[in-house]
Amino acid sequence: MEIVVLLKQVADTEARVAPTADGLGVSTGDAKKIINPYDEFAVEEALRIKQQLGGSVTILSAGDDKAAEAIRTALAMGADKGVLVNDPAVMASDGLGRAKILAAALKTMAFDLVLAGLRAVDDDSHLVGPAVAELLGIPHVGGVLEVTVENGSVFCLRAADSGQARVKAMLPALLSAQKGLNTPRYASMIGIMQAKKKPLQTLSLADIGISPDSVGPNAAKTITKAFMPLPQRAAGRMIEGGTAQEKAANLAKALKNEAKVI
Amino acid sequence: MDYDLNREQEMIRDAVRSFAEKKIAPIAPELDENEEFSADLTRQMGEIGLFGMFVSEKYGGQQLDYVSYAIAVEEVARIDGSQAATVAAGNSLGIGPIYYFGSEEQKKKYLPKLCSGQYLWGFGLTEPEAGSDAGGSQTTAVQDGDDWIINGSKIFITNAASDISLGVTVQAKSGTRQNGKPEYTCFLVEHGTKGFTARPMKKKMMWRASNTAELFFDGVRVPKSAILGNQGDGFRQMLQTLDGGRLSIGAMGLGGAQGAYELALKYARSRKQFGQPISKFQAIAFKLADCAMEIECARNLLYKACWLRDKKRAFEKEASMAKLYCSEVMGRVANHAVQIHGGYGLMKEYSVERFYRDQKLLDIGEGTSEIQRIVISRHIGC
Ligand SMILES: Cc1cc2nc3c(=O)[nH]c(=O)nc-3n(C[C@H](O)[C@H](O)[C@H](O)COP(=O)(O)OP(=O)(O)OC[C@H]3O[C@@H](n4cnc5c(N)ncnc54)[C@H](O)[C@@H]3O)c2cc1C
Ligand SMILES: Cc1cc2nc3c(=O)[nH]c(=O)nc-3n(C[C@H](O)[C@H](O)[C@H](O)COP(=O)(O)OP(=O)(O)OC[C@H]3O[C@@H](n4cnc5c(N)ncnc54)[C@H](O)[C@@H]3O)c2cc1C
Repeated sequence: MEIVVLLKQVADTEARVAPTADGLGVSTGDAKKIINPYDEFAVEEALRIKQQLGGSVTILSAGDDKAAEAIRTALAMGADKGVLVNDPAVMASDGLGRAKILAAALKTMAFDLVLAGLRAVDDDSHLVGPAVAELLGIPHVGGVLEVTVENGSVFCLRAADSGQARVKAMLPALLSAQKGLNTPRYASMIGIMQAKKKPLQTLSLADIGISPDSVGPNAAKTITKAFMPLPQRAAGRMIEGGTAQEKAANLAKALKNEAKVI
Repeated sequence: MDYDLNREQEMIRDAVRSFAEKKIAPIAPELDENEEFSADLTRQMGEIGLFGMFVSEKYGGQQLDYVSYAIAVEEVARIDGSQAATVAAGNSLGIGPIYYFGSEEQKKKYLPKLCSGQYLWGFGLTEPEAGSDAGGSQTTAVQDGDDWIINGSKIFITNAASDISLGVTVQAKSGTRQNGKPEYTCFLVEHGTKGFTARPMKKKMMWRASNTAELFFDGVRVPKSAILGNQGDGFRQMLQTLDGGRLSIGAMGLGGAQGAYELALKYARSRKQFGQPISKFQAIAFKLADCAMEIECARNLLYKACWLRDKKRAFEKEASMAKLYCSEVMGRVANHAVQIHGGYGLMKEYSVERFYRDQKLLDIGEGTSEIQRIVISRHIGC
């Protein structure tokens, strides 16, 4: 089994984010960077499938210099090699642009199965996984909770609108991982030291046959008008009253007359 | 000059931090409250590679440098002193002597088991009548044909009486040197050896989830092959082990200080009195500024001592300074942290009181603060 995991580096989920001065971007300050948590599920699943069926796990990321760190972390977890498409146009691309880049990179690689995260916790577009599958013309199963590979097919349990569905897809296929698929392992000390020696290849857009103007800001299909901070939550109000009964009565009155919810 | 950690060292910090926050933090208060050592958690720490950190891969170790080792202990201590104690003692006192002084056969026999975190090993030096004055050991070893017979007792021995304790290194008086001074030899004694008993010591104020043991040797017969290194090397081995151990105690002080400081800063920014966060009062802000400064100094001193060791340069003076300074910094920081928490700082619900208690051992274990000052003053020519 040749497995490729699509991995995005994102700002730590605890980072304080704010719109940039021009309102067109988001600043995460000097927040720590982590592997997108959903992609971590994908890495873990790939490692488990490899443990069972053999083969190799390649981490593919489109990003900047820093993204190499996220790839190294996945290598420390046990993946075999990494590929980073590093080009200024990458960071300026929207979801579809990134999907084009990843699909083009995948076309230069051998794979039976591609795993991605259901969503990236920064842009939250839910788009890259299905778009890559579409561009490659392979099946996509979204939001997988269980994965079994058998005789050239993959059997998945996926979250559906009001329940779960069992889905079979022919390989090669692309699956996107939902929370609950597994508990990702920690990189071990020895894994971290071994990761240092594993291959990490850097590719430019030219290397994967993409012209810079087919991606990047000018080719974007989504245009961001403005980022706004979350509205401030109004301060809570303490209900007055001398005794518990009095407070309860005042609360009921407020809910009825002011909030008009009862 | 280069103050940057390398990429692997950064990754080790991230990995251990994330493990400690997710796996240790949720259960640390309960283990402390119940005075319970967790073999299960120890094994999990083994899985991510927290044992055998400086040991070669050949024996199942992680083959890291001492800076990395210090970072790993620091990150565990940032969350919990007891687990950091299990790791620091496991590496420096349990695994260290076997790795540095053991025969090939001894290393092959014990190290893979110990480096996996599946088993622990103790280092028995302290005796009821011989603490700071380790040369006053009264435990004896007498040769009998090809065997040795050990008699005596040890006290306060970390990791030596848990369900997963495999054995102990015990220092015993094995004869008298030509100059009339006692000769010491270290022996590796496995649990289950006839006449050897280990009893957990309870009712500790600190490190309550770390296993501490009292050991009794009653005519314990071991073969010659149980000698660690050579007969008569015991005192030198003990001194070298403590030099390395001081780096890990330093890392515990540094990590504990960092943990207590972070709790205090977070609390100070959210606790409001007199209409504003208490972090805005100069009295509180200056305490936090002092904490941040002292932690920075402690980190630089400790990493430098580790770096000297990694470069195979003399590091003994700096190790002693780092042990002493990091321990005392944690003392001041934990004290401030409790103070900043006001009345809540005294309650178990807020972990600062645990940091405050756990710190005290650092002034005492592996050479008290007074002994460190003796060591340093000798190094500077007093
Ligand atoms: C939880 C815990 C875990 C431990 N783990 C281990 C272990 O794994 N292995 C092990 O061998 N030991 C271990 N110890 C023992 C520890 O190393 C000793 O407690 C320590 O060395 C001090 O010895 P002592 O307690 O006998 O105190 P003492 O030596 O009796 O000291 C009492 C006081 O006198 C001071 N003092 C002594 N001599 C001098 C001097 N010359 N000048 C000035 N002041 C002096 C000391 O600084 C101290 O303040 C552990 C102890 C504890 C509490
Ligand atoms: C065991 C125990 C028994 C107690 N018994 C009683 C009792 O019988 N009756 C009773 O009424 N209370 C009692 N208390 C409460 C005790 O008096 C309070 O804990 C104490 O007044 C501190 O208040 P606090 O804990 O809310 O801390 P906070 O007031 O929140 O203080 C937190 C920190 O901020 C500092 N700080 C606050 N304001 C300022 C400022 N303006 N400038 C600089 N620093 C500031 C404080 O000095 C402290 O370091 C008891 C507390 C305990 C723990």
